[in-house]
Amino acid sequence: MTVSTTQLQQETIPSKVTTQPSEEISINLEFGGGLHLLFDSQPKHKVSLPKRLTQDEDKAGDDKPVNVKYLIRWMKDNLLSERVEMFGDGDGVRPGILVLINDTDWELEGELDYQIQQGDEIVFISTLHGG
Amino acid sequence: MPPRLCSLCGTAKAIIKRPKTGSQVCKDCFFEVFETEVHNTIIENGGIFKRGDKVAIGASGGKDSTVLAHVMSTLNTRYDYGLDLFLLSIDEGITGYRDDSLETVKQNQIEYGLPLKILSYDELYGWTMDKIVSQIGKKNNCTFCGVFRRQALDRGAAQLGVSHIVTGHNADDIAETVLMNTLVTESEDTIKRSKPFKYAYEKEIVMYAYFKKLTYFSTECIYSPDAYRGHARVFLKDLEAIRPSAIIDIIHSGETFQLDESVKSGMKALQNCLRCGYISSNDLCKACALLEGLEQGLDKSAIKTSQEGAAPAPSGQRTIPFYNRAKAEIAI
Repeated sequence: MTVSTTQLQQETIPSKVTTQPSEEISINLEFGGGLHLLFDSQPKHKVSLPKRLTQDEDKAGDDKPVNVKYLIRWMKDNLLSERVEMFGDGDGVRPGILVLINDTDWELEGELDYQIQQGDEIVFISTLHGG
Repeated sequence: MPPRLCSLCGTAKAIIKRPKTGSQVCKDCFFEVFETEVHNTIIENGGIFKRGDKVAIGASGGKDSTVLAHVMSTLNTRYDYGLDLFLLSIDEGITGYRDDSLETVKQNQIEYGLPLKILSYDELYGWTMDKIVSQIGKKNNCTFCGVFRRQALDRGAAQLGVSHIVTGHNADDIAETVLMNTLVTESEDTIKRSKPFKYAYEKEIVMYAYFKKLTYFSTECIYSPDAYRGHARVFLKDLEAIRPSAIIDIIHSGETFQLDESVKSGMKALQNCLRCGYISSNDLCKACALLEGLEQGLDKSAIKTSQEGAAPAPSGQRTIPFYNRAKAEIAI
């Protein structure tokens, strides 16, 4: 099937965006390689994040889009059920945990600075368990 | 931000940054370079296999061996190696851990159409790890498991009539071994062993499994929950984060390491275990000594049972069936 460029553009134009500090986006998280054990043993989570943050990125605001750095801190504070040191390391994740954003290596997406979009799928996979 | 394009084909969206090279590649090119590099490891220096070889894939159900089974099966067909492949699994007898992971191996058996052999510690030694841990406690049980598994793999391979075992050890594993300076213990093999993933980064193996949607088992061992948190592993991952080539650099340093002749001549000559016939540098192999300690009802001190002893075991004790495979060439 061929789809004309104009059709595609029409379909992907978002509805009018009004940015309020309280506005939220919803994303999907998935855990692999045994990491789900740190998150209530649930491999999939649907979570809501503020769409924009304050300048220092620590809470909802209207200065900048929400990023992965905020997400990881939010996960440590709200989602992690045990052993924070098995997941986090500084602002990021432990070496040996792979992160994929919409099925792409986060190292190609800006890592902590990636700006999260509505509906993003973010996958965390531990490589540290036995082979 | 526009999608970054693959540095190989230049057309598709890149999905992985390769740790070995720093290049960004798309999914199809990633599969191709990953598989081709494993093929190159297999054929380098004249090749590790001969046509018609019977080869056992050591399969635990974990990420590395699951990907290895897939890749070996793929390459054997693509490049017509002419290998007769088998899956060989060891059942250590750990309830809630190995019994679950063996289900993954059984799935691989069906998916790749490979015959599967499972050899259990219970069958070979008369002891499961559950029973060993209940007698000796959780401390040091990894020593028993490691010694028993190594010998069990050889014996399972001998029962299958294979001449070669391939294992899923990856570049990170081998670099860790080099760092911990335990390479020398590799010399007690009786059946040829190879590591087709020796230059494959753990990250790429896990990414390969993810994008190929291979299911593997990743629960930590219940008797050694901290085993994978070893200092050497953490140190390596930190090094890799700073300079990804560190893994390969360490492997190369290990490969160029040579024992001085005077050291070699001072090492004990290998012989066959007087009791079970397995290759050993003492009268008794380590497995026979450990088994004797267990049979005596010792606690964790069973680990110190002497390897000097007589061929017959103390009366009434279980022993390991005699291993009568001809002594194979020993690769260091």
